[in-house]
Amino acid sequence: MRAKLRVKRFSTEGEASTNAFQEYEVDVPEHFTVLDSLIRVREDVDPSLALRCSCRASICGSCAMRVNDRARLACKTRLTSVAKEGEIVTIEPMGNQRVVKDLVVDLQLFWGKVRAVEPFLLPDGPEPEEEYIAPNEAMLNLLTPMGCIMCGACVSDCTSLEVDKNFLGPAALAKSYRFVADPRDGAQATRLQNLNESGGVWDCTRCNMCVEVCPKGVAPMERIMELREGVMDQGMTNTPGARHVASFANSVARAGWLDETMLAVDSWGKFNLPKLIAEIPLAIRVLRRGKMPLPGPLHHKLKGADAIGRIFKRLEGKHARKF
Amino acid sequence: MADHDVLVVGAGLAGMRAAIAAHRAGANVAMMSKVHPVRSHSNAAQGGINAALRGTDDSVDSHIYDTVKGSDYLGDQDAIELMCNEAPGEIINLEHMGVIFNRDEEGRLGTRAFGGASYARTFFVADITGQAILHVMYEQILKSGVRSYEEWFATDLIIEDNQVRGVVAMEMLTGKLHTITAKSVILATGGVGRAFEPSTNALICTGDGMALAYRAGATLLDMEMVQYHPTTLAGNGVLLTEAARGEGAYLINSKGERFMEKYAPKMKELASRDVVSRSEATEIEEGRGVNGCVLLDLRHLGEKLILTKLKYIHEVAYDFAGVDMVKEPVPIRPGQHYIMGGIKTDVATRCWDETGAGRWTGPKGLFAAGETACVSVHGGNRLGANSLLETVVFGKIAGEAATEYAKGIGDFSVSGAWQSDREAAIKAVMDRPANGERTAALRLELGQTMNQHLAVFRNEEGMQTALAKVKELRARYASLPIVHKGSVYNTDLIFHTELGYMLEVAETICAGGLLRKESRGAHFRKDMPERDDENWMKHTTAVRGEDGPTMDTLEVVKTRWEPQKRVY
Repeated sequence: MRAKLRVKRFSTEGEASTNAFQEYEVDVPEHFTVLDSLIRVREDVDPSLALRCSCRASICGSCAMRVNDRARLACKTRLTSVAKEGEIVTIEPMGNQRVVKDLVVDLQLFWGKVRAVEPFLLPDGPEPEEEYIAPNEAMLNLLTPMGCIMCGACVSDCTSLEVDKNFLGPAALAKSYRFVADPRDGAQATRLQNLNESGGVWDCTRCNMCVEVCPKGVAPMERIMELREGVMDQGMTNTPGARHVASFANSVARAGWLDETMLAVDSWGKFNLPKLIAEIPLAIRVLRRGKMPLPGPLHHKLKGADAIGRIFKRLEGKHARKF
Repeated sequence: MADHDVLVVGAGLAGMRAAIAAHRAGANVAMMSKVHPVRSHSNAAQGGINAALRGTDDSVDSHIYDTVKGSDYLGDQDAIELMCNEAPGEIINLEHMGVIFNRDEEGRLGTRAFGGASYARTFFVADITGQAILHVMYEQILKSGVRSYEEWFATDLIIEDNQVRGVVAMEMLTGKLHTITAKSVILATGGVGRAFEPSTNALICTGDGMALAYRAGATLLDMEMVQYHPTTLAGNGVLLTEAARGEGAYLINSKGERFMEKYAPKMKELASRDVVSRSEATEIEEGRGVNGCVLLDLRHLGEKLILTKLKYIHEVAYDFAGVDMVKEPVPIRPGQHYIMGGIKTDVATRCWDETGAGRWTGPKGLFAAGETACVSVHGGNRLGANSLLETVVFGKIAGEAATEYAKGIGDFSVSGAWQSDREAAIKAVMDRPANGERTAALRLELGQTMNQHLAVFRNEEGMQTALAKVKELRARYASLPIVHKGSVYNTDLIFHTELGYMLEVAETICAGGLLRKESRGAHFRKDMPERDDENWMKHTTAVRGEDGPTMDTLEVVKTRWEPQKRVY
């Protein structure tokens, strides 16, 4: 079949300097992946095309890039899964990171965030003579975050990171989970405390992009949600994020639906006037469109709210986190 | 002042283990790799890592014996004893570092069965054992603060007065050359699978360390010993772990027969890799294959086991062959996977003969570990899950030995114009006129030639044809141009250099095959099908000469085991 690739080129070198799309067409077998096709371009058409790749088997994590606007591993993406015969496939470098050349990005930002979570086992006390005794379930649970190949796809498409460079981001947080949930690690409390800070678990907006683009099923956002539970179970509830969660739960448990006004007040804190004043224009717009229920004592109970309250009671103390 | 006491080139498992050992021993150590460490090919090891740690019947002696037998009695028995003795301690060390090994019901380390082994002694993390260990090793590197030159490509080993002094390397993101001096250098650059097409190996496995050492006067050992893995995917040559068979999968032919019952009545699918690959090739040659493949059947293992213990290969078979192995058998065939041969070292990973007896040649201060080296623990055939073991055991030894060696080296300065010579050489290649030849096309010719003539079955004529082809390619390489002239991340230049490395190494593979006049391990000659213990309990050696390798032999080290007929 004919592969039509529209590839974002980038170079700052003298005459070759460019920042534009270039189209390539090559003949490829039906089973080719996006990576196979790019390699064919590089080998037969244009050896100046720069990209990282190595294992061709979705384990080394080198070839994450954006294919039709979404981060993917090029080696794991069949051409026919992203374009019908004759259709153009658009290929760009990962997002949220500085481009060095063509599809090669600078991974300093990525690794800097990983380094920030103390990404190594910190055992409590001296090592045992033999292995640590640990249940296989705990090890199997760690298989999910350990499956992370550090490709950067989640960081590329993270919508929080796009506006909040301080955010640790999905990959680093999933890496942190790998230690928090490891029964051999002795620094769980400190780790959770650090993750409770600005840039930590509460900066995730739960957009789910990282779950969608992760090629290895690590589902970073779900790990972040488990970490949030861990943080709150440690009694660290005095952050806007934790208060947001508590307020959410309280209003639904009491009235069966969300009290948007109190959500803002509880999250930011009653006396945080600058933040609250800043929310007023939004509140007015939402009220005008009839999208916000009345606040506080005026927030009426929905029919069936008591049943919802009973569900809350039954689930209290049970959580999804696996550590 | 040297930049470092110890410089490790290559940052896979052997390289990182060496760096950690050197760091713990107090050295100023740095690592250098052409890819980020977690991109290294150690990732691709799936099934596990061997050790006779405990167990009711297993013993270190049994592990040693299985390895000696697996090697077809070509492995040096002192090195094998050392590796198997160190194995239990290294497993515990990896566990302490944080590897999430599979556990038994009591929460202790659990094992699985593997090929060529008398007992289930393979420790594992599902079927991503290599990745799980590699990433943990990198965690330990981050913890140690060891300097890491990432995406730096080594172009020269600096040797003056037969003494290693460091390397010249290219920083790929800028294209700049640098000289990094060191009192000792450890090569841990992996194998040379890309000299074969197809191969299970990553695109980065281009024999860099072997070629650098060979050019620097080191000896390459048993280069003809190339392993074909029995279960690789037909399309792109990607590996499906031996753990599938360890967990109980069958190999079947077009008639639905478990054909291994015929070739290895006792061990069947879990015979050693050379035996299983030859059996498959025979089935296919005799017309009992399915489109050039045989079938790997996991269906009876059940969905639950497949999706927990063999999750990654389930994903790979689905992504690359469109097969759901819970429901259908997967077409597989033998494919190039590993090279047992490599840079000759002693058991302390030294590339020179420390005894002064001059049994082999190599520059002082140069060490090697992992697939790039040949100690030799695998001899004619490596057992599955012994390669990860080799990387950590000999990586550690290398780090400690290189640190100790560096203590005896005083201040020095490099006198030769190594870096500017390399600059000039690169410029000369860059200035070559385009002549229509492309690096990728030459690489493909090399790979197809090697895969045709130095595969599971070999003969004199085929190996001669391959050698002649490699010499022809080397001649064409001498005028091969580089199309892209840029500096930043110029992979055209990197691939061109790598092809030069592979051509030199491939020549020694052909020459080794031609020299060894018998069949042993992975080296099976249809024109000489018997093992010849009288004349060939010997390693082949290759030293770089004016016009190709100068070949010789070296006695195999025996301790306790006399060669016996090998039956599985």
